[in-house]
Amino acid sequence: MTITRARLPEPGPSPSYTFPPIEKSTLPNGLRLWTVHHPQVPIVAFMLLVRRGAASDPPGKDGLAAITADMLDEGSGDRSAIDMHEAIAQIGAQFDTDIGSDATVIGLTVLSKFAPRALTLLADIVARPSLREEDFLRVRQLRLHRLTQLRDVPGALADRAFLKLLYGVHPYGHSPIGNEATLASMTADDVRAFHARSIRPTDATLVAVGDCDHAGIERMARESFADWTGASAGVASANGDLPRGARLNIVPRAGAPQSELRIGHVGVARGTPDYHALLVANAILGGQFVSRINLNLREDKGVTYGARTAFEFRRQPGPFVLQVSVQTSATARAIEESIREIADIRGPRPVTVDELTLGVSGITRGYARNFETADQVARAVMQLALYDVSDDYYAQFVPCVERITIDEVSRVMAEHVDPSRLTTLIVGDLDAIGQDLGGLGLGEPVVVAHDSF
Amino acid sequence: MNISFTKHTLDNGLDVLLHEDHSCPIAALNLWYHVGSKNERPGKTGFAHLFEHLMFEGSEHHDRGFFQPLQGAGATLNGSTNADRTNYWEVVPSGALELALWMESDRMGYLLPALTQAKFANQRDVVLNERRQNYENRPYGLASMALLAALFPPDHPYHWATIGEIADLEAVQLDEVHAFFRRYYHPANASLAIAGDFDSVRTLDLVRQYFGEIPAGEPVPAVRAAASLAGDARLYLEDRVELPRLYLAWITPAMFAESDADLDLATDLLANGKTSRLYKRLVFEQRVATDVSAAQNSREMAGYAQITATAAPGHTLAEIEQAILDEIARLVAEGPSDREMERGRAQAESQFVFRLQTVGGFGGKSDQLNAYNVFVGDANYFDRDLQRYQSVTRESLRQATARYLDPSARVTLSIVPRDRAALAAPDSAPALVA
Repeated sequence: MTITRARLPEPGPSPSYTFPPIEKSTLPNGLRLWTVHHPQVPIVAFMLLVRRGAASDPPGKDGLAAITADMLDEGSGDRSAIDMHEAIAQIGAQFDTDIGSDATVIGLTVLSKFAPRALTLLADIVARPSLREEDFLRVRQLRLHRLTQLRDVPGALADRAFLKLLYGVHPYGHSPIGNEATLASMTADDVRAFHARSIRPTDATLVAVGDCDHAGIERMARESFADWTGASAGVASANGDLPRGARLNIVPRAGAPQSELRIGHVGVARGTPDYHALLVANAILGGQFVSRINLNLREDKGVTYGARTAFEFRRQPGPFVLQVSVQTSATARAIEESIREIADIRGPRPVTVDELTLGVSGITRGYARNFETADQVARAVMQLALYDVSDDYYAQFVPCVERITIDEVSRVMAEHVDPSRLTTLIVGDLDAIGQDLGGLGLGEPVVVAHDSF
Repeated sequence: MNISFTKHTLDNGLDVLLHEDHSCPIAALNLWYHVGSKNERPGKTGFAHLFEHLMFEGSEHHDRGFFQPLQGAGATLNGSTNADRTNYWEVVPSGALELALWMESDRMGYLLPALTQAKFANQRDVVLNERRQNYENRPYGLASMALLAALFPPDHPYHWATIGEIADLEAVQLDEVHAFFRRYYHPANASLAIAGDFDSVRTLDLVRQYFGEIPAGEPVPAVRAAASLAGDARLYLEDRVELPRLYLAWITPAMFAESDADLDLATDLLANGKTSRLYKRLVFEQRVATDVSAAQNSREMAGYAQITATAAPGHTLAEIEQAILDEIARLVAEGPSDREMERGRAQAESQFVFRLQTVGGFGGKSDQLNAYNVFVGDANYFDRDLQRYQSVTRESLRQATARYLDPSARVTLSIVPRDRAALAAPDSAPALVA
């Protein structure tokens, strides 16, 4: 065997990967239990998914789902909030709470020898939280302080303001943390009511992945979750028209060395039949390092550390968004280039064969690495439960992506992305960039007030 | 519990560590160069990191971006630079390991012919934007720079941040970049680890072919420098923030040195998580702070411990400082409780097992083998590393705290809102950040 540097070695065929089987059962209270045997390391990852998130916040109570999730680990029964964390720490568990628009997820990853204790703790947290007034006031205060601090974080400002611009009063129009006014008016009773109404077993799935077996987990779960009952209230259907706001908006940040940008519009739901084609199209446009937008703004112009685009797939249509932080002097140019790239891929400059090959193989060839750890597999299983996707989704993924053609990429981008509808938001130094923005043809920039999102 | 491996040293000095794990059909390549910002000199900072960027821009036999062929083969890849080392990694489907070996060896052996002024100028702009994004335009983003500058004297290699000073980055010349490569980027200053689904015999043969032909290069002498603090350096910096934040920092033992593990556990029980002493006191009970955290930042020549807390509105950094000093004094006087020791051991055991889950990337098994090989000189150290934590006693932790978290030899840094210098901890002077 001799090597040559005359050309790159051709990679061998990708080893096939088979997603492990999911064992399923339903407990008497309606809680679904989905487990996967993944015994490589003596660990079990538990994730309890409740399909209620920030989009279930009642009107005027933005932030209620998130503060409820935050309150779950603040004590149960005789255990105080501190005792609860002491119990988590004594088994070396990794605990996290994750809240999005459509779901709340409580995760607990432990050494498998601690799985029984972890499951009991998880049930205490989710099904039997104390939700005490005193703890609520402290947690709310911390979240209000967090909001205060977020006023100085350009990325957080941009995310929050951009959602409001895109969605207005729609359930996706606020970030999970809510805002100062809604949090200030919230009470512990609101939290208890939300827990009673929305954190219920009938629309919840307990995922366990790792060095464990289904029967053993089921036996323990039946016991731990026995007294958790009731049905979740339905999710309010999205009402309220989407706003039709200004095309160019700015949250002023005097003296900022960079402009934090968001460019996008409301996109598509996870259930779209064009899901795989959009993944490929996005990879080429802005979803990977060698995407058009990153190569343009970073590798050609050097005006950013990195740029990316994403279709945020949710149960209802989520945002399509480009996000990038560019040096202040390049703000107008970066906006112009970004919008041009988005427009071009729809037809004027369709993807090439090379781009398509790279986009597809980048997603498919390394597919197995997405399922290396128990946490990764648990998250993958959870996606199926969250979005009502069939169990053969992971088995079908690679062939589905490999079937995507150039015409399909052009079609889905033309159908789901519309340059004339793009909303642009800048968090940046208005005095420094104001005069450059006029040339963009997007109208005068509208100043977005801090208290409007 | 361990990461099993075989070690081979090529004639040119390159260490090769192979760890087979066939549970997932992927292979991880991880390459360390024993060079970081500690190898820079004042006036020439930011070099090691800027160089890392250039390593992705092409080499003699593949004179274009490194991402395209690797991503096309289904790989993820990245690199990082810190004060002590630079690492590069790819995680590939098993069938593409040779491609990763080809590319890593090409940029080790044949980078300079492809390293042009245009690439250099572009990546310098990118790095200046990385600095703006992660430091200048980020609340409290300059705190780490101010801390390092106050902890270590101007000629100490930990005085400057790895990202570098703006003026230095703007002054770098291409010929300096070439000289830097010749000095530090060669087999004798590197360690290659491969972990995952591959065959060791065939892979070692490929490694010999791809890397064996690269000349050894001059050995790099270890950087040595000493530092100590003589008093309480009290500084403040104005920033675009709403709430003032206090940082206390001390010089501590180096990575893997005696007391390093004790201080890891001590900082955890003082200020990490809701069970920590300072969280309970400052955030939970008294509510004078909105958050608190701590770390023993271990490095090759020395470490530094830090405790950080943000004042809740209406409360002062002076109150917080006093509470932190009180809790340190109490730990020194009474030592940790048995319960705290039990918790620390349980968390260490879990963290070590969790570390066995990934073959590649930052912190994966291949990265850990390289860390042990380069910093300890023995890749077979995983188990003994865990043992360091399991053998900490109440008394050793108490003594380490007493010796190193000394209130009279520290840095006290306040980050305050613009034009609100009065909110800094008492007697603070303006800090300088370059």
